[in-house]
Amino acid sequence: MSIKNIKVISRNPDQYLRETKNDIHKVPRNYNPDLHPFQAVREYKLALNAVKLERVFAKPFVGSLTHPEGVTAMCRHPSKLSNIYTGTVDGQLKLWNLPQKNCEWTVQGHSGQVWSIISAPDGQSFFSVGNDKTIKRWSVAAALAGKNDLPQDTWLSDTIITGISHHRYKDEFITCGERVLLWDANTKSPKFSYDWSTSGDRNEASAVCVKFNHVESNLFASSDHANNIVLYDVRSKEVKKLKMTLRVNSLAWNPMEAFIITAGSEDYNCYSFDIRKMDKERRIVGIHEGHTSAVVDLDYSPTGKEFVSGSYDKSLRIFRVDEARSREVYHTKRMFKVNCALWSADNKYVLSGSSDHNVRIWKAVANEKMGVMRDRETTAINYAEELKRKYGNFPEMRRILRHRHLPKSIYHAKKEHEIIKNSQARKDYNRRKHSKPSKEKAVSRAKKAVIGLQDEDYSGEPSRK
Amino acid sequence: MDENNREHKSNPSIKGARKGNVKRDGGQFKRNTGYRKGSNGNPPYKANTHYRDSSNFKSNRRPDMFPGRKVLDPRLRDKYSWGEGVNMAGVRKRSWTRRKRLENKEARVKEAEEEAARAEVLLTENTGLMEANEGTYTSHVAQTDIRDSVDITSATKSFDLKLDQFGPYKMQFTRNGRHLMLGGRMGHLASFDWMTKKLHCEINVMESIHDICWLHTEQMMAVAQKKWVYIYDNQGTELHCLKKLCHVLKMEFLPYHFLLCAGGEVGFLSWLDISLGREVIQTYTKKGRLDVMTQNPYNAVICCGHANGTISMWTPNMKTPVATVLCHAQSLRAIEFDPSGRYFATAGVNREIKLWDARNLGESMHTYRVGSGASTLAFSQKKLLAVAMGNVVEVYDGVTTGAMNKPYMRHRCNSAVTGMQFCPYEDVLGVSTYSGYSSLLIPGAGEPNFDALESNPYLSVSGRREAEVKALLGKVPPELITLDPQTIGQVNVPRLEEKLEAKRKLMYIRVPNIDVTPRYRMKGKSGSAKKFKRKQRAEGDKKREYLKEAIEHRDNLGLNKMKKKKERKKGTEELLDRFKPKTLS
Repeated sequence: MSIKNIKVISRNPDQYLRETKNDIHKVPRNYNPDLHPFQAVREYKLALNAVKLERVFAKPFVGSLTHPEGVTAMCRHPSKLSNIYTGTVDGQLKLWNLPQKNCEWTVQGHSGQVWSIISAPDGQSFFSVGNDKTIKRWSVAAALAGKNDLPQDTWLSDTIITGISHHRYKDEFITCGERVLLWDANTKSPKFSYDWSTSGDRNEASAVCVKFNHVESNLFASSDHANNIVLYDVRSKEVKKLKMTLRVNSLAWNPMEAFIITAGSEDYNCYSFDIRKMDKERRIVGIHEGHTSAVVDLDYSPTGKEFVSGSYDKSLRIFRVDEARSREVYHTKRMFKVNCALWSADNKYVLSGSSDHNVRIWKAVANEKMGVMRDRETTAINYAEELKRKYGNFPEMRRILRHRHLPKSIYHAKKEHEIIKNSQARKDYNRRKHSKPSKEKAVSRAKKAVIGLQDEDYSGEPSRK
Repeated sequence: MDENNREHKSNPSIKGARKGNVKRDGGQFKRNTGYRKGSNGNPPYKANTHYRDSSNFKSNRRPDMFPGRKVLDPRLRDKYSWGEGVNMAGVRKRSWTRRKRLENKEARVKEAEEEAARAEVLLTENTGLMEANEGTYTSHVAQTDIRDSVDITSATKSFDLKLDQFGPYKMQFTRNGRHLMLGGRMGHLASFDWMTKKLHCEINVMESIHDICWLHTEQMMAVAQKKWVYIYDNQGTELHCLKKLCHVLKMEFLPYHFLLCAGGEVGFLSWLDISLGREVIQTYTKKGRLDVMTQNPYNAVICCGHANGTISMWTPNMKTPVATVLCHAQSLRAIEFDPSGRYFATAGVNREIKLWDARNLGESMHTYRVGSGASTLAFSQKKLLAVAMGNVVEVYDGVTTGAMNKPYMRHRCNSAVTGMQFCPYEDVLGVSTYSGYSSLLIPGAGEPNFDALESNPYLSVSGRREAEVKALLGKVPPELITLDPQTIGQVNVPRLEEKLEAKRKLMYIRVPNIDVTPRYRMKGKSGSAKKFKRKQRAEGDKKREYLKEAIEHRDNLGLNKMKKKKERKKGTEELLDRFKPKTLS
């Protein structure tokens, strides 16, 4: 025979088949690129699938907590993830257990609307303010036991108080109403009153919202009916006052970047300010658009990367801090005007309290899978996320990723606002075109939203140092 | 213990032996100290050189000669390369984050390439081979000799089927090489697991069979019959009759796109999405009978051979061929792509076989002359080329390097060859003839190591189902079939032609039709004449505005057609300058 050496492929099936039914299947790999054709297009297809599946699984609504009246105030427990306090239009206060969705404690706290609730930083008690000109402090322990219907403490004020915020460390809190008052929890009268009426008319200058900064803990801000955002420092009496073109309904400090404050405005937008640059033109670091009615409440996520805003257009939006467009819009057929919005401390859920007697619990990431996941599942999800990052900017993927179904009212309002905005831009452009170059200049929207710092010279209001 | 620790500290460069391991296995390493340099002529293993007898440990301590991981063979790195990568010169220096992000990504890609290349040592099986004694040739080795000298399992892979009633036969293996389908012209259709010789089905379709083709699994097969294409399952049950595909002579299945491509008698080329049962497109090629057709496995482009010696390449996205090449002076008999899709071979009636680079269609790489006109060609995974001439099958090695002068193997069948295919992942060449089928052992033809996630010869039923679902989810849309499948990941750079076209458009500006409807005005201002005037004025304004913008844009691009006249500086012209000879400026 003329064969010197011969070898043919002869596989032993035992090496390729599992021995028993309980074994896992053997998967020999060979990474030779010739055996893996069309890698680019196949990956593209997988990315397209991932993008579509994201929208398929985007079911953000988790549940709702039903109240006897419209919900006006919400607050989370500083250390317990499962507990939130809510207040209603008719003055009821409730303590909820979120995972079980049941109400653990109810009390008729105020006569008339509960304006605001805030938790003491130690978590032992919480404060509520109502239309009855009182500030009440409630014990959490007693509430959890479900026995005590009387407040721990009560402070009386001569005017209606519409907002409250607690100092991060000290036993002090701030309230707002006709005046901004600083209280010491141990005394019954306010420690200090910040009286900042510019026009002399108390009603016009009454504050609507007040918020302590929890990083720079002596700093706080308020917004008032005279369209001002006022920055205070507990240690000094000097304030900085920024006049906006329209009223700011709500303020929220970024919990990670202490110098950023976001304001939800009556002009449907949210504005992020850098308080270090309040005297400069570039004070607005972000305009967040999308709502089609006044923004009523804001809350930052604990990561400081996103915030949720509730609006009178009956929807909830989630914005990334560095993006103008909202990442998510939440709405249901039954949800009415949103009065308060809250982000849970574990960064997983978003809560909205609305006039339709409900607090709704939403997922912060609409397509997130809840519960325990297996390793393969986690790997698959991570891979899908990476694919979305890689291919998400392809036009066909972006279209799917960005699409959100909107209720008719919002959809039409959005269109109408677009027309108005374009027409105004066109008008501005035409005016500029037909006037001397030096006379009319393009004004950015960030500039238009703000009239100026109080000690800056602005028309209409007297300058005051 | 103390000693072990010292040893470890003094040898920090040992790879793969982490701290814990060293401590635990310290004694074992010492027991292996029988390895000594030159004790049996071979140098001892690297790791053990560090763990010599503890008595002379210090004296024998030497620095690590090869620190770090094993250096990768650059050829291996090329083989697993993902391409060139991002050209960082084009990234702005100021965009630091973007640059960093790209750099990180490139680093990850590089790491992936390297790890894939390093994983090659883990492959378990070896390629087959055959060497002949001195003075003889491998081409003289008969199948009987091979059968006698290989193991019993492999010997069973060489067999003959005598089917002299319903021939001539067509044949095809599944993608994992496990199953075989035979289709006789006279209607005989059979499919079986050819390794275990287990028959799945055997029927007679009672019509002529022109071509056969497996679909995505061994569960379905497409058969081009007298008039239409039928789909049967592995029991021989007719599942579908595709009346859209009529008078089909040749079929190809694109596994990643789930497309069945059929070439017809009158020159229609059709793509049918078998997952939806919908025809993607039918193209009239205007090239006559499409009986020579194959697919490029690299880019899923269909390649047809024609009677005038040309080949044309088709995608479902264009009504015209994406490429046409004149290959032979006479009619074309066969085309075959190699499994990597880099090369293809064409056979003409003029007894020539040409080898082409699929990425450079300008001219053929090699031209070979064979004894008689080849009727069928087949490429193996290891780039062996089988050529059938009449009833003779010759297998050539190294065809892509230009060394096709002596056949590697040669086999004579009982009758003329009508179909031929190398079995994937096996050293087997299947040959169907007028009167049967022979399975030939060709050592060194197949890829010995399969990737179970792509195609697995040992697939279980549940595995097959899972793979089917996965494949359907990853079905590539037919719009993505292009000559270069990497296009999807690239930036769209305008071609010179497109650039010129854009320039030309700017050179000759045409104002688009402007139609203004004047607003209705009260007090007799909307009479037809006044309205017309207002309309004219508004239109004129718009036109002027458009032109102004367009011209400005053109000027910005430096495309001004009218050169500015040279302005003569005032005061420099002399009185008698007008008598100077006029020069062209």
